[in-house]
Amino acid sequence: MSRFLLPLVIFIVLAGFLFVGLGLNPREVPSPLIDKPAPAFALPQLHNEQKNFSPADMKGQVWLLNVWASWCVSCREEHPVLMELAQRNIVPIYGLDYKDKPEDGKMWLARGGDPYVLSVMDREGRIGIDYGVYGVPETYVIDKQGVIRYKHIGPVTQLSLIEKILPLVAELQKK
Amino acid sequence: MKKLLILMFCLLPVFAHAGEAQDMAKDPVLEKRMIGLAEKLRCLVCQNESLASSHADLAEDLRREVRELMQKGMSDQEIMDYLVARYGDFVLYQPPVKSYTMLLWFGPFALLFVAGLGLVMQLRKRRETVPEANLTPEAHQRAAALLNEEEKS
Repeated sequence: MSRFLLPLVIFIVLAGFLFVGLGLNPREVPSPLIDKPAPAFALPQLHNEQKNFSPADMKGQVWLLNVWASWCVSCREEHPVLMELAQRNIVPIYGLDYKDKPEDGKMWLARGGDPYVLSVMDREGRIGIDYGVYGVPETYVIDKQGVIRYKHIGPVTQLSLIEKILPLVAELQKK
Repeated sequence: MKKLLILMFCLLPVFAHAGEAQDMAKDPVLEKRMIGLAEKLRCLVCQNESLASSHADLAEDLRREVRELMQKGMSDQEIMDYLVARYGDFVLYQPPVKSYTMLLWFGPFALLFVAGLGLVMQLRKRRETVPEANLTPEAHQRAAALLNEEEKS
């Protein structure tokens, strides 16, 4: 009997590891930027190229930075969610139009609606590198001191809003 | 109409020309150094490819970034730190030895040690359980003869 016990235990442990591994998303790489100040930038606004926007302008407010692009397929999935969130006026959403042509970006927003207070253009993806962007869409929750508190990889869903993003925003707004 | 279509399809390969990756810097020494470093780095888009071999957009951007940082005179280690600060340890193909990577680095050796220990114990136990055969001198001789025969054949 005990001859089989040890292999059985080993098997169960191994199966347990593999089972947990099945549920993990390999695309979700933990960001080292959490609890670090949001990297500074000054980029021209999509709808007003003469004016720059910089994260420093947002000191004292909790805000979301959403990385999007007109060529990004999953952005279409999260777009209605962001539109609804914008209407609820809970937290301002700023867009980073990543590696996109301004005309395409503008057209995309004109067609599907614009949930952003404003969007900035990162045409060459350099700011994206500073923020560790590797798959659009990505969304950062940034607190009043300008510190990144959370990074959501992939399209924002209602579930991720309810479970993680909105409670965190509410908590950060109280501080 | 049909002929025109066929003609158009025949002409398709004319437009299917694939350009060489326009990735070479003007300085071949720098390019070589960049590729050498990029081979140690992981592309985050196609996660099992190195930054050197990946054709993902992001990989191209990161190669450009690495090239520029090298031109600025940063050392390989500084560039790796720069990328780790943005993308995490995941960009390194060889994960650093840290408290939470101990299992990864030393787990296999621990397993080998445990297995070796188990083997030694098992062998000792078997030596105890298999009794020494008590042979008469005649039986001993017969056994030796049989064994010799075996060897000769």
